[in-house]
Amino acid sequence: MNVVSDKLTSLLFDQRPELLVLSRWVDFGDRVLDLGCGNGVLLRYLQKQKAVRGYGLEIDEDNILECIQSGINVIEQDLNQGLHNFSDLSFDVVVMTQALQAVRYPERILDEMLRVGRTCVVTFPNFGYWKIRMQLAVFGKMPVSKALPFSWYDTPNIHLCSFKDFESLCLHKKISILHRCVVDHAYQDSLVLRLWPNFFGEIAIYHITKC
Amino acid sequence: MIDTLSKDSVGLVATHLETFNVPVLLACGRKLNQFVLSYECYGALNADKSNAILVCHALSGNQHAAGFHHVEDVKPGWWENCIGPGKAIDTDRFFVLCSNNLGGCHGSTGPNTFNSDAKRPWGPDFPIVTVDDWVKTQSILADSLGINRFVAVIGGSLGGMQALQWAISYPDRLKHAVLIASAPKLSAQNIAFNEIARQAIMSDPGFHHGHYYDKGSIPKKGLILARMLGHVTYLSDHAMRLKFGRELKNAQYQFDFDIEFQVESYLRYQGEAFSEKFDANTYLLMTKALDYFDPAAKTNNNLTEAFRSVQCGFLVISFTSDWRFSPKRSVEIVNALLAANKVVSYAEIEAPQGHDSFLLKVPRYQAILKAYMERVADECGF
Repeated sequence: MNVVSDKLTSLLFDQRPELLVLSRWVDFGDRVLDLGCGNGVLLRYLQKQKAVRGYGLEIDEDNILECIQSGINVIEQDLNQGLHNFSDLSFDVVVMTQALQAVRYPERILDEMLRVGRTCVVTFPNFGYWKIRMQLAVFGKMPVSKALPFSWYDTPNIHLCSFKDFESLCLHKKISILHRCVVDHAYQDSLVLRLWPNFFGEIAIYHITKC
Repeated sequence: MIDTLSKDSVGLVATHLETFNVPVLLACGRKLNQFVLSYECYGALNADKSNAILVCHALSGNQHAAGFHHVEDVKPGWWENCIGPGKAIDTDRFFVLCSNNLGGCHGSTGPNTFNSDAKRPWGPDFPIVTVDDWVKTQSILADSLGINRFVAVIGGSLGGMQALQWAISYPDRLKHAVLIASAPKLSAQNIAFNEIARQAIMSDPGFHHGHYYDKGSIPKKGLILARMLGHVTYLSDHAMRLKFGRELKNAQYQFDFDIEFQVESYLRYQGEAFSEKFDANTYLLMTKALDYFDPAAKTNNNLTEAFRSVQCGFLVISFTSDWRFSPKRSVEIVNALLAANKVVSYAEIEAPQGHDSFLLKVPRYQAILKAYMERVADECGF
């Protein structure tokens, strides 16, 4: 790995740690759509490492500027309006990290992702994480954690679920789970997480498909 | 005055005239055996002539995009906000070329130039020109300057349409196309506004079926009306409210048909000033070129198909309050490019000034354009 990619990798690990996991599920030359692409670091990395062709959707002005500065294809588009401008199965991978819980209609966006992408990657914080359960059960208060750092009254996270909830949705919608990786807030994997993911896992990275 | 010019201006510039003795077949089927294009350029063309940018002007624009013609000039070129040393289109890195479109009235062959066959000014006999024709003649100008490939072709409004046409007509002659406040074709409403403007001009008693040059008159009233109408479509309701509200010219109502509100005064002033410097026949031609522009017409009205062969990267920018070419129109272009799997970025700029925003100092717009162009310059090593 050259110096540039090294720098990029560490940048990536700071800003989009889930990428190191999900990049395993991206093939060389894939077409990738990144929903809520931030400053485009994920696409930059995938372009360098896997020569993907892709677009990022973003609404934050500073992020859009940064994408343009770094030569990433970025489209100013609100995810809540859906993906009507993308045709069926026009991407190999559609990625949405840490946004499922913040969109107005998670089910609709999932449908849209699975319509547009051959496979999809979603990540979200686990509301079944033991510390979160504790806060509600013991203190009777809405949980605040590293993965969910907002107070109830100003949180962008309006559709929280546990891994179990998500998986029953997948079952209900006949979505196949290709891979699942459960990690803690530092994006570390461990045996405990693998054994009791819905209790000890903080963030899950799901690789799903309907094909 | 020139010595008060800021360092980020290209400073004093001159218009060049180039005569082309090559016959050019126009989209309307007519042929011009010879034509002149007037153009300006800023910055230095590098040794391998690879750092050239073509800037395309809009309806009422011309080749004078930046800098000043005389030390006494009060107003700089029309895109001074974006072209100059260190600006978004950085003349320290790029060679910037801007020509007056064929049919224009600022030096290029057009209705107000002499038709040697008829021994009189062309007037209404000048062929109808299209965006295709402009792009074709611009490419001939590029040939004459030894420019094989533009780093970017950039334009706002009708200028953006030319950039779009460049990408389709000459896919290997540009690396990037920047389309600002543009549209893939006119809507019925757009055409309607153009038709009203044309009728205003053509029904002016001074129009003389377009041969007014011989009569020593101009269809001034008609041109003023056309411009007043156009101007309203360039501004937003919000911008007009902010600028004029219901502000009166006098302290109280006069109860007559003279200018009562400031907005009336402004529009008349704008129309009057425009009628002094623009040719009515050119105005007619430009509006027709807008109406006819429809690059998807050749591909069964499928814009994605029209983009199949394009190779350049695109930056598309729209403004929220622009209702002449609203963000939706830019999104049509973007979606077709996405469907054709092309390189494209899109930004929708929050700005209250309407269509005119593309000429103004809108910070986010300028930052994005600058970022894109810097990236282009960096990747080319300029």
